[in-house]
This record gives sequence, structure tokens and C-alpha cells, in this order.
Amino acid sequence: MMFLRYAAYRLLTMCLTLVVVSILIFAIINLPPGDYLSNQIAELRATGQAEGVAKAEFLRTEFGLDRPLWYQYLMWVGLAPGEYGFSGLLQGDLGWSFFNDEPVIDIVGSKLWLTVLVNLAAVLFIYFMAIPLGVLAAAKSKTWIDYITAFIGYLGLATPNFLLALILFYYGRKYIGLPIGGLMDPQFEGEPLSWAKIQSVLTHMIVPTFVIGTAGVAAMMQRLRANMLDELGKPYVETATAKGLAPSRMLTKYPLRVAFNPFVADIGNLLPAMVSGSVIISVVMSLPTIGPDLLTALKTQDQFLAAFVLMFVAFLTLVGTMISDLLLVLLDPRIRYGAREG
Amino acid sequence: MSTLPDGRYIDDAPYDPNVDISAIDRADMDAPNWLLVWRKFRKHRLGLLSAIFLFFAYAFIPFAGFISPYTPNERSAEHLFHPPQAINFWHEGEFIGPFVYPTTGAPDLENFQWVYETDRSRPMPLQFFCRKTEYYLAGFIPTERHLFCAPDGATVFIFGSDRLGRDVFSRISYGAQLSLTVGLIGITVSFLIGITLGAMAGYFGGWVDWVVNRAIEILRSLPELPLWLALSAAVPSNWGPVSVFFIISIILGLLDWPGLARAVRSKFLSLREEEYVKAAEMMGAKPGRVIRRHLLPNFMSHLIASATLSIPAMILGETALSFLGLGLRAPAVSWGVMLNDAQNLASIEIYPWTAIPMLPIVLVVLAFNFLGDGLRDSLDPYSD
Repeated sequence: MMFLRYAAYRLLTMCLTLVVVSILIFAIINLPPGDYLSNQIAELRATGQAEGVAKAEFLRTEFGLDRPLWYQYLMWVGLAPGEYGFSGLLQGDLGWSFFNDEPVIDIVGSKLWLTVLVNLAAVLFIYFMAIPLGVLAAAKSKTWIDYITAFIGYLGLATPNFLLALILFYYGRKYIGLPIGGLMDPQFEGEPLSWAKIQSVLTHMIVPTFVIGTAGVAAMMQRLRANMLDELGKPYVETATAKGLAPSRMLTKYPLRVAFNPFVADIGNLLPAMVSGSVIISVVMSLPTIGPDLLTALKTQDQFLAAFVLMFVAFLTLVGTMISDLLLVLLDPRIRYGAREG
Repeated sequence: MSTLPDGRYIDDAPYDPNVDISAIDRADMDAPNWLLVWRKFRKHRLGLLSAIFLFFAYAFIPFAGFISPYTPNERSAEHLFHPPQAINFWHEGEFIGPFVYPTTGAPDLENFQWVYETDRSRPMPLQFFCRKTEYYLAGFIPTERHLFCAPDGATVFIFGSDRLGRDVFSRISYGAQLSLTVGLIGITVSFLIGITLGAMAGYFGGWVDWVVNRAIEILRSLPELPLWLALSAAVPSNWGPVSVFFIISIILGLLDWPGLARAVRSKFLSLREEEYVKAAEMMGAKPGRVIRRHLLPNFMSHLIASATLSIPAMILGETALSFLGLGLRAPAVSWGVMLNDAQNLASIEIYPWTAIPMLPIVLVVLAFNFLGDGLRDSLDPYSD
């Protein structure tokens, strides 16, 4: 029961955070002076295209761009009615992309799942790489294994990941024959799901996952190593070794379990950085996620598209953080519910 | 140690009633704190090495123009995408000092790339302390002297040239000016906000604490880069390079403070219960004075160490923003702006030297990481 109450509490705070975040995002998006449509109208007027002006004026009233900012916000969220039936985010109407002249939902719709997929793959990659490497580095601390993992870890933290992406693409193509760019071979685009398509997606995912995950792996590996080293110095480890427990069994059975908790908590801190990473990587690698859309939308002041992508990205991290918090409570009963500060 | 007849043990050392009981056990601990920290830091070899490296990197910033043979936006139309040139010393087995071979370029219309032919018969010695294009030493002393430059009729592109025929080496050393300082300005901003808000939250508690805490939680849960992107997209496009540079570094700092504020806050929560704080308060010290004079100096060094560790994130952030075209803009030279040229696979494959600015980035970021680690480890000289 305690857990359910805590979960409900977490859900509530997440929703409140989301409200604040939406205000923040809306404010940032509207920082640049003017908007896409008034710029367009001015341009059309200057070149004397009257029918374009009429359409732009219509869009302007439809999405309330001529209204005060607070009303625009309420309209965007869906709390205030629009002139011609624009119903807002809460009712599933994501607005209109002025630059592409399409509803936002048509542009991002299919990409949302791919965005989640790419990030999920990176999280899994981080777990699968960081756990063994961190344990190994701690168990063999101050040997060459430790130094090599530390060195690779530091390099992973220090290399700008967009460059890593380009380099891995090039050498992956040259020596292993990995595909370049996109998330699947062109012939599978729009095809129904088949084994060959899944294979194609998987091979395309290798480099992006690796690149997005490296920094995370490095950070987590270092933390796990430090936690493990703390645990390994404790008397119970000595007792276990003295009683003749095999090293691998001893490591995984006791210290790893204790060192593991901060690991789960960490995913909440890691997720924002990873989502950031996936945005920039998607631009470099032309992955069909929402990253490239965000960049063009920001550059062209395409406000509904940009605002939605930012909202979605923030939503993704908030949900991830919440899940990691809940997992942590399940995993470690010592953590007091609702009192995780200080 | 000897044993008495009744089986008790006794220390053989002679008893001295006048022993100085205030003498410390370890003579090496008898030094001011900063000296102890320095002694410990000296043993952290990577940290020390990084500190020296960073010191030189920053010390050379004012002399960027002097050590680079070209100015950053000087174009050489006949040498587009010129590969890196070696500086040789021996010509046909004979030592003639540092020299370069002249090259002539021709477009290869089949593969659409530039090919350069090196004329190995004519060694051309480099000139030293020569007069070439004018620049401003340290930003305000106009001069024409360069440490070394190309002899007439030849070029010296140590790291090659880019798509407009600009020298990559010169651009890297000019780019250091912006790329290295962006982190410093950013960290100053983040330091000011983080300490102020964290100190207020920790010291006053109550609703101030609540508000600051929620702000920290919200900012920490947001992905940084998209927000950076959105904020930099709001920078008007008609601003000059200098104002863009400042606003970008402030943007980088604006989202970085939550970690610092959280550390300050938790420290303040425990420190404000200490007796000396109570004493200061009773003597009528205002909160501002208690915070600045009595609380902050306690862990300033720790804050500096953690700041060192967050500078790299800002340097990488600037690189990423400029790389995506939303950071610093063209006439300004930074490592991120340079990498913008290396954005596609073609340049990695055909002109790999355009990606050389990656090296200084990796080096500087690593150095800051090692330095921060070293500082953190050595700040508590009494441990072990």
C-alpha cells in the first residue's frame, strides 16, 4: 500500500513538473521577436502575393497568434478554445507546422516510437556494458584492466559524440560493412514488419546506440567501480573470501547487490544527458527521430513543432526519472518513501 | 616491550615528565592547509600534468596571433583543402634547418577533389619573427610579427587548410580564445546563481528552500541540449560575434547551476547548526555576512573542485551548439565552428584534417577532468 501511495505521489509531482516545464518551454519558444506567420505575411506583402496573405491571416487567427501570450499558452495547452476549433495538446491536437504546412502530428507521428526505441536501446546498452566493466575494473583495481577501462571511459566522456558518430560511421563502413545513416534500408521504408526489416533496423542501430551510450557507460562505470571498491574493503568480503567462496560468485552475490542501488538511481540523472545526446546524434546521422525536426523548427521559428518536440523530450526524461525512482524504492526498502531529499 | 615477573607488559621507553604534549605526531602535518593540499596534489601526477597543460593553454591565449603563421580568416584561394604539410630539416641528406617544399594544386575533375603536387627539388626555409598580416597582440597591440611564417611562394599549413583555404593550425590557436573562455564565463554565471540560491535555500529554509528545490528538480530533469538549442535559437541574428559569444556562454551557465546549488544547500543545512554560526548570529551579524564570512569559506575549495569538473561540459556544449549552427557564428572562430566544416562523411574520408580541432577539445576536456579529480582527492589532506 505504501508503495502505491508513493507511486501516486510521484505521478502527481510529475504532472505538476510537466505543467511548469510546459510554461518554461512556451516562454523560451516565444523569446525571439515576431512569429513565423507575421514574417511570412510581411514577405508575401512585399512580393505582392495576395492569396497567400489570406491563408496566412487565416492560420494566424486559427492558432491565435494575434492574441496575448498568456492566451496563446492556454490555447496551446488546450485550456482555451481557438477561433476555428483548435483544441490544443490536452485533446491531442498538436497544432500546425507552418514551415512544412502540415499538421505537427503528421510530421512527428511515426518518429515518436523510433525516438523512444533509440533511447531505450541506449539505456540497455549502458547497463550491459557498464555493469561488467565496472565490476571488472573494481575487482582488478590497479591492474592494466582497470587502467584500460578507465582510459576508455575518460575518452568516452571527453570526445564530442557527434564526431565519434562520424568516425565510427566511416570506419564501421570501411572495415565491418555497417550501414550509414537512417534506421533501416530504404526498401523497408513503409513495409510491414518482417524478419528482414528487423534485422536491417538492428544493424542500423549499432553505431547510434554505441555513440549515444558511450558517455553514459563511462560515467556509470566509474561510479560502479567506486561503489564496488567501497564495498570490497568491508570485512564481510574478507569473511566470504576466507570461507572459500569463488571470487566471481562472491562478487556478484554480495558487493554487487549493495553497489547496485545508486546505479538504478543514476539512470534518472543520466537520462536527460542521453536524450540530449540522441537529439544531436540524430541530426548528424540523419536518424528518423524527432531530433532533426527540432533543429529545423528552432531555426525557422516553427513554434508548434518546436514546442511539441521539446515537450515530448522533456516528457520522456520525466517518465524515465519517475520509473527509476519507483524501481529504486522497490529494490531498496531502506529508502524512506517520499523523503529522498537532503 | 618487556615482561614484568607477574606477566604484565611494560614499555621500555624512558619516562619523560617534561614531554611537550602539544607536539604533533606527524611532523609533515605541521604546515598551513594550502601547503598540505599542495603536497598531496603534487603526488597526483595526472592532475599535476593537466594543471601544467591547462596553465600553458590559457597562458598562450593572448599570443594566439603571434604563434600562428596566418590570421584566422585569411584565405588562400589556390590552396583549398590543402593536406597537412610536414616541416622538414634535411634535404637530400643535408641539414638546412626547418623548411617546407612548395606545392601546386590542381582540381581533379574526375573525383571532384583537390590534389596537390609537392615540388621536392626546392626546399624553402621558414622565416622566423617575420612580418606578415597585421593582428592585435593580446587583443589591443597592433603588430605584424609572427613567430614563423611561410616563405614567399610557399605555404605552411601544419594541419592543412579548410574549404576556403584557411590555415587549420592558425584557426585552432585563435579558436582557443573563444573555446577555452566560454567555459570560464559559463562557470562564473553558474557559480553565482548556484551559490546564491543554494545558500539562500540552505540558510533560510522554509518556503525559500521549497521553491529553490523545485526549481532544481525541474531543471535537472530536463535534457540540456534541446533547451540550449531553443535558447540560442532566440539570439537575434543581427548581433555581433562578441555579444553572441557572451550570450552563449551565459546560456551554457544558466542551465548548469542546479548541481552546484544542491551541494551548497545540503552543506549549509548541516553547517548552520554549528556553534560559530549561532555565535555570529547572536552578535548581530546579518545573514549575508554569516553566509559570506563564516559559511562559504568552509567549503569554497570543494566548490572550486566541482566547478573544474563542470567546465568540460560547457566546452563540449559550445562545441555541440556551434557544430549544429546555433552557437557561435561564422566570422568568430571556435573549435566548434571549425568542426561545423567537418560535418559530413565526405570530409572525414577525403579531408580528415578538417576534424583535427577534435584533438584540442579532447585534450582540454580530459585535462579538466583529471585536474578536477586531483583537486577533489587532495582537498582533504588529513585523510589516510
